[in-house]
Amino acid sequence: MIEMILMYLKAFIVGGLICAIAQFIINVTKLTSGKILVYFMLSGLVLQALGLYKYLVDFAGAGATVPISGFGYLLAEGAIKGAKSGLFGAITGGLSSASAGVTAAVLFGYLFAMIFKSKSKYN
Amino acid sequence: MDKRKGTLFFKNKPSIFKTFSIVGPKEKQSKLGKYYDMALDDDKFDESTYEKAECKMLSTAVSKVIKKSNLKKDEIDLIISGDLLNQIISANFMARDFDVPFLGVYSACSTITESLILGASFINSNNFNNVVCAAGSHYATAERQYRYPLELGAIRPPQSQWTATGAGAYLLKPFIKGYPIITSATIGKVVDFGVLDANNMGAAMAPAAASTLKNHFLATNTTPKDYDLILTGDLGALGSRLVKHLMDKSGYDIFNHVDSGELIYNLDEEDFQGGSGAGCGTVVMASYIYPKLLNGEFKRVLFSATGALLSTVSSQQGESIPGISHAVCLECNL
Amino acid sequence: MTGKNNQNYNEEYLNYVKEIAPKTKHLKTLWHAFWVGGVICLIGQFIRYSFMYWFNLYGDQLAGATSMVLIFLASFLTGIGVYDRIGKYAGGGSIVPITGFANSIVSPAMEFKSEGYIYGLAAKMFVIAGPIIVFGVIGSVCTGLIYYILNLFSLI
Repeated sequence: MIEMILMYLKAFIVGGLICAIAQFIINVTKLTSGKILVYFMLSGLVLQALGLYKYLVDFAGAGATVPISGFGYLLAEGAIKGAKSGLFGAITGGLSSASAGVTAAVLFGYLFAMIFKSKSKYN
Repeated sequence: MDKRKGTLFFKNKPSIFKTFSIVGPKEKQSKLGKYYDMALDDDKFDESTYEKAECKMLSTAVSKVIKKSNLKKDEIDLIISGDLLNQIISANFMARDFDVPFLGVYSACSTITESLILGASFINSNNFNNVVCAAGSHYATAERQYRYPLELGAIRPPQSQWTATGAGAYLLKPFIKGYPIITSATIGKVVDFGVLDANNMGAAMAPAAASTLKNHFLATNTTPKDYDLILTGDLGALGSRLVKHLMDKSGYDIFNHVDSGELIYNLDEEDFQGGSGAGCGTVVMASYIYPKLLNGEFKRVLFSATGALLSTVSSQQGESIPGISHAVCLECNL
Repeated sequence: MTGKNNQNYNEEYLNYVKEIAPKTKHLKTLWHAFWVGGVICLIGQFIRYSFMYWFNLYGDQLAGATSMVLIFLASFLTGIGVYDRIGKYAGGGSIVPITGFANSIVSPAMEFKSEGYIYGLAAKMFVIAGPIIVFGVIGSVCTGLIYYILNLFSLI
């Protein structure tokens, strides 16, 4: 039980810190959200390619997998696993392990865009 | 160089006979809300898209100003109009409803002064009797064209401005006693001081405003003291401070300067710097300043709307933002 | 002829602009990003535990299922016009989590629906998020190839 509470705490702090780093970069460099997402995804990917990000995932759970860097981690992790089974796996492994996220984004994106319309904003 | 270059003097005194303004719900709630001729509660204006709503707003403004002047559509000689959208579709599609000769103009947020200058010149030439000048903008359409989708969770930096939802139309006639006349106008130059931040349009446009104001004072041999009010288009709070600074450096103290962008919303400078967009200066002039000219509170007003001439393509290619500003001088001698 | 190379470039003016421009409040924005981002991850952790206990999911499947639920929630919040409010408050706190990725897909899709379902909604869906998938795929293929070559020579 204590372990679980500790895990929640770690997820909160690590996830929050990753977001705060992103906010700091936005404040200083005025990067737009699309670029921030790309850089964070790539940094997760590179860190895992170097074999490092998985320690953060083991430590913080969702605190490391929920930020977009976790998506990069999944891509790299899948590619590394696939590489063990051969060239085909090396090429397709990344996207197959990240397929859930992409599928969900396209599916729910389409679904909710069908249902809802952009609303007027007044502030 | 001739110091009067780019400045026009209208001998035949073209008059602004009537104005009409229409604004969206956010503008309605602000402190100027009660002055507008028409304010919408729904900024979609019963249309299916925001683009259609913007076009309908512009079209409503033009038809209402014609009605207000007790004229018929076929008595109008010319409509001059523009907006912020690509290929100025709102203005072009508005003109479709009228069956009147039409000139589409684009000068970003200074479109209204550009069309007033053109309109006044046509009237001054004695060949035109009724000319309508109109401009408008819409927050939702501008946002999507220049920035992000409405529902994207992006942060609005503190130096940004809010595109005004509004459209205004002015009906120009040859001299009529008791109505504000356009006595002179200065056509602005495109000025670029190298501002790259597309969120900071006030800073991009302030040099253009300063350049045009300076040229106008030089050409007409006047100083800021000769005007009751100097109204700029949509510099916002930050841009206003910058234009004051630039004018101070050129030796003009524009103590009587007010900016439409600052007037149009209840301003909290921590959040944003005020309004912008082609509709911003247009509606403030049409409904707040024009009546004050009409009732004699102001005798001479210099209206210099400012435009940031950027596009999403130019910004993405790393170009800095050029600005432009055209000034018209309105006088009313009762 | 852009930026600093431009003959119009007026450094004095730009420095003055920088001087009087409103400053970003670092502490406030960082705190907002921290706690909102943290809470989103907290919810993610809760979903992770739920899947672990009730569906016995582990590893990649667990991560995939968790992100699917989060993407569903974020898409829904975007649809009803709430996510952009969160984004305005939290900045990086709601951009960086996978929910921000979902928001950047749903919001242009909703916006461009007015231009039809194929060239509007479907084509514009990835205007903001497309690069993430492009670079993600390229990056993962590179990683896979490097590891494949390392495996071939038995270096790892």
